[in-house]
Amino acid sequence: MGRQLLLRVIVVVTAILGVNYVAWRWLESVNWSAWWIAIPLVIAETYSLVDVLLFGTTMWKAKTRPAPPPPPPGVTVDVFITTYDEPVELVARTVEAALAIRHPHSTWVLDDGSRPAMRAAAEALGAGYIERTIDWADRPRHAKAGNLNNALFQTEGEFFLVLDADQVPEPEILDNTLGYFVDDAVALVQTPQYFTNVSEADPLGSQAPLFYGPIQQGKDGWNAAFFCGSNAVLRRDALMQLGLVGYVRETERAVREALTTGRSLLHRASKQAEDPREAMALRQVRKAVDGALERVAAGEPVAAVTYDFQRRLDEVSASMVHADLAAIRADLAALDLGGEVGALPIATDRELGATLVDESALAQLAARELSPLHAMAEVQALVGAVDVGRSDEAIPVMPVATVSVTEDMATAMRLHALGWRTVYHHERLAYGLAPEDMATMMTQRLRWAQGTLQVMLKENPLVQKGLSVGQRLMYFSTMWSYLSGFAAVVYLAAPVIFLCFGVLPVTAWTVDFFIRFIPFFLASQVLFLVAAQGVRTWRGQQYSLALFPVWIKAVTTAAANVWWGRPLGFAVTPKVRQDGAGAWRLVLPQLTAMVLLVVAAVIGVIRASLGYSLWVGTVVNLAWVAYDLLVLSVIVQGLRYRGYTESEETTTHESRA
Amino acid sequence: MNLERELPTPTTAVLRPRGRLTMAAATTLKTAIDGTVADGHHLVVVDLGETEFLDSSGLGALVGGLRVARAAGGDLRLARVGTQVRTVLELTTMDRVLTPHVTVDDAFAAG
Repeated sequence: MGRQLLLRVIVVVTAILGVNYVAWRWLESVNWSAWWIAIPLVIAETYSLVDVLLFGTTMWKAKTRPAPPPPPPGVTVDVFITTYDEPVELVARTVEAALAIRHPHSTWVLDDGSRPAMRAAAEALGAGYIERTIDWADRPRHAKAGNLNNALFQTEGEFFLVLDADQVPEPEILDNTLGYFVDDAVALVQTPQYFTNVSEADPLGSQAPLFYGPIQQGKDGWNAAFFCGSNAVLRRDALMQLGLVGYVRETERAVREALTTGRSLLHRASKQAEDPREAMALRQVRKAVDGALERVAAGEPVAAVTYDFQRRLDEVSASMVHADLAAIRADLAALDLGGEVGALPIATDRELGATLVDESALAQLAARELSPLHAMAEVQALVGAVDVGRSDEAIPVMPVATVSVTEDMATAMRLHALGWRTVYHHERLAYGLAPEDMATMMTQRLRWAQGTLQVMLKENPLVQKGLSVGQRLMYFSTMWSYLSGFAAVVYLAAPVIFLCFGVLPVTAWTVDFFIRFIPFFLASQVLFLVAAQGVRTWRGQQYSLALFPVWIKAVTTAAANVWWGRPLGFAVTPKVRQDGAGAWRLVLPQLTAMVLLVVAAVIGVIRASLGYSLWVGTVVNLAWVAYDLLVLSVIVQGLRYRGYTESEETTTHESRA
Repeated sequence: MNLERELPTPTTAVLRPRGRLTMAAATTLKTAIDGTVADGHHLVVVDLGETEFLDSSGLGALVGGLRVARAAGGDLRLARVGTQVRTVLELTTMDRVLTPHVTVDDAFAAG
């Protein structure tokens, strides 16, 4: 408890010093004559202050849990190993370890690649093999979320452990985690991810000791421990409930949209109706659409409304068939030529695999001039597609969230919104493999960032119903940290601009500045140090600044995806050889920044010696440049890294022993 | 769970799951609904009067059944819903999709 109290005191002190500094920056020291750099800098500093305050909030409740009770007796568990294209031998290693887990369970390989060799290996080892059912053909696959959802409908354990293909579990993984589920409100227990193919120096920053430690423990204190996609045990019933709630929400929304579109479509078509029988039929269908919309708005169960609606449309069509078979035939022939019925405005996001009613396509459809009969067929097909049967999806109920490329964060947030609890269990119970080259590592980080930002833009945690204030802040905090790329650019540019051109973003480098800045800077470093409890965090700090182009790209692509429906475009990452030659192209912005910093330092010294600028400002900025270079130097280390070799292996055996 | 099936007419069916309708039983129920619909009994009423306990997985099977019935031009409806089942329907907001009918006859008469 003493440590926690100390931590809280440091958090409060840091917050006071930080607010004091940033308030002074805004009110007293912005150099308005150089606003173009002064304003970005003060905004960047404000961003960093918020980041520190959110970190402090996370640490406020950091908790170390006591060992959980033993597992509830007789519970049934499935172990899911998800794979797509990993080498069969690698997956087999995980399968063997999974089979050796002590607590009774069934082991399943979830092979999204449907590889015969994988099936043979799984069966030879005695594990179950699950691939996508035929229902998924020609429908959105939803990547890993879809893989898990597919398996959830083919198995029946009360709990399931999710393991990525490379995550080799310890035999006690279930014995040590299932006990938390004695509490009926617990939906998830997450354990750390740890990588064995990483040397002590960890040049690619693969280990995340601050996250799988103090940060998750802090989030846990606010009942917001995150789901990280692997090495976690989940309660099936909680996930199923999530799936059902999502199904209801999607169905209601889609039916309402389809009916509204149908109404405009029919309105236009009715202007064209010359035949009185056609006009009459269209009127009847419009009445049915209006009636259905009213009933949905009044809160009537959707299934009853759409059932009645479809029956009514069938009746109207039937009456028309009786009335004028010949006219219908002619119109059908025309339809055939057009061939447009069934080409529904339902778009698929390629990366996400999410099926969405495409709003712009809906608007286009509504604006089209269709023959009356064609319009009716279109309305019926439209409502049919989004109806309670959800024929646009492979399975109507999706327990694992499919809203983002990173299914884990969205799933946990929705569980929390429904009132479920999650647990972070701080003990390494599975050992995996990290990427061994810069290009793969960067692609992975980009994907995580994009996924997190997608969730933030689609389901902003600050306004989600059902979340507590603490939970909102915990989700927001992670999302906020991914905006750091923009601040990094400013922090790199400001000293270069001063040293080269003598432009000051701050009114003066005076005592006023130092007595406010230095205490805040030191306090936040101390906060970091105490919170980290001795784990090494420098590598993580370096990469959070050094990968600034990745974070910026994540923001722009995620925004373009969410707001304008553009694909995320993973393919644009240049292909490089696995040995890393040519990888420097990926980090060109960072290398350019380093060259600029060095050049600026030389120019700065020359300018100061010639009396063009004051030494005090030059020294401050030279120190700043040195810090930036130290941080960015990790890029060079990462580039030079040639993958993990056994001789370097020191951490693994010690930690496992 | 044990499952009783009644076929009042060539196009309708009543299914009565007895006992606990959880994941373990969900597959059996889903298979039964699929078979019933495939045999031409498109309008299926699931009588939950003797179902002691239903969880989200059981409900998931019912949604799967609803989809199959709808695809065949029919429907799936719920009848004789008890307190526990009603609570689950509300918790999952499924009551906004499926109407819990009081009797089997009401369920057939609806729509």
